[in-house]
Amino acid sequence: MQVVEPKTGLAVAVKATVKRDLTLLLRRRGEVLNPLVFFALVITLFPLGISPDTDLLAEIAPGLLWVAALLATQLSLDVLFRGDFDDGSLEQLLLAPQPLPALVLSKVLVHWLLTGLPLAVMAPLLGVMLALPAGSYAVLAVSLALGSASLSLIGAIGAALTVGLARGGVLLSLLVLPLYIPVLIFGAGAVQVAVLGGNAAPHLALLGALLALALMLAPWAIAAALRISING
Amino acid sequence: MWAFIHKLGSPKWFYAISTRLLPWFWAAAAVLLMVGAAWGLAFAPSDYQQGNSFRIIYVHVPAAILAQSCFVALAVAGGIFLVWKIRLADMAATVIAPFGAAMTFLALFSGAVWGVPTWGTWWVWDARLTSMLIQLFLYLGIIALRGAFASRDSGAKAASVLALVGVVNIPIIKYSVEWWNTLHQPATFTLTERPAMPVEMWLPLLVMVLGFYCFFIALTLTRTRSEILRRESAKRWVRELVEGRTGGDTDGL
Repeated sequence: MQVVEPKTGLAVAVKATVKRDLTLLLRRRGEVLNPLVFFALVITLFPLGISPDTDLLAEIAPGLLWVAALLATQLSLDVLFRGDFDDGSLEQLLLAPQPLPALVLSKVLVHWLLTGLPLAVMAPLLGVMLALPAGSYAVLAVSLALGSASLSLIGAIGAALTVGLARGGVLLSLLVLPLYIPVLIFGAGAVQVAVLGGNAAPHLALLGALLALALMLAPWAIAAALRISING
Repeated sequence: MWAFIHKLGSPKWFYAISTRLLPWFWAAAAVLLMVGAAWGLAFAPSDYQQGNSFRIIYVHVPAAILAQSCFVALAVAGGIFLVWKIRLADMAATVIAPFGAAMTFLALFSGAVWGVPTWGTWWVWDARLTSMLIQLFLYLGIIALRGAFASRDSGAKAASVLALVGVVNIPIIKYSVEWWNTLHQPATFTLTERPAMPVEMWLPLLVMVLGFYCFFIALTLTRTRSEILRRESAKRWVRELVEGRTGGDTDGL
């Protein structure tokens, strides 16, 4: 008689985690839309607070767009592990036979797909409203897509460290925002260079390097942080 | 070798050995700081461009060096605590973090005071000032995270992870900020080159740096000892020590 083993390979587990998280998040569309609405709102505030002068706005647009997108990503982090922590599925994830870093990486991937990527797609639209000079829109979207992946990875470390705390929100910003600075510098720098008509490739390459480093190291830190939050 | 390390990790042994070492470090710190301060502030020649205002480097540079060393020490202690579960490392990390934050603040503040006569402004968004400011935020994050946990052990582990993440990030932050903007003069001391300053100027600085290090070690030892007494207050040797003290026997203290 042939015994059919249940499928427990790493690929199966990663696929299942991605599918589960995608389904869960897509059922709560409001939560997915919130960072995007926040992004648009913050960008609306700047012309009101500074000046509607298009020359001035065009000059500061790269920085404004990047800072606003960064804050939007940061605000969406708190829910990354919160739901799973509350209903106990995070413990199941820790107990799974597959390596935890791979599983958390798939959770972060979903977070990026539904937060970072939409922000990157939406940014050129807001760029038009800030009179961002033509020719820098593609760089803006690409830099945000690359950069927000690093932001999701680094931010997930902070989210994992604070998930066990009842009020971790403000603390999470304090932990994560200083670590975001290199990504902000190279991301906004890429757009700045593109606005001035230069070659943005070196900045984008550095963003890619940061992402490679984050991909390599962050999953282990996230996994360690989750174990601390769950087991104490 | 391993026996020695295990012995070193034992709070009781550490308490005993630090009792003997402590007076030496305090004495060295006091002598070096007094000599360095008097030499640097009163006897070193004044700078031909900056006049007497350059003398603030005798506080600024040691504070900045210590601010960075403390972060490395914090991460090393965190790593030791996470890997080998040596509680003593965490006790040291608990006391190093506020000291490092204070040194970072001192470096920023003395830099600002020096900036007024030299650059004509309290604050500029210069690379090294900015990366120092970010480092201050990292310190504050580590201190806040440790305090946020109800269980001391979880807080200690979380703070250790964050210290390790921070120490990986500090070089990246430093270089990215440098790429972004640079106005600050290059580092005063490097290990590989001869200093550009005349000997009369950098010798007192060296004395001050050594004095700051001795002060740091002495203060860390003292505060780690109080931390040991607080955390191990249920242990018999601590009770005997404290009760012996109240009974009038001050031997070993």
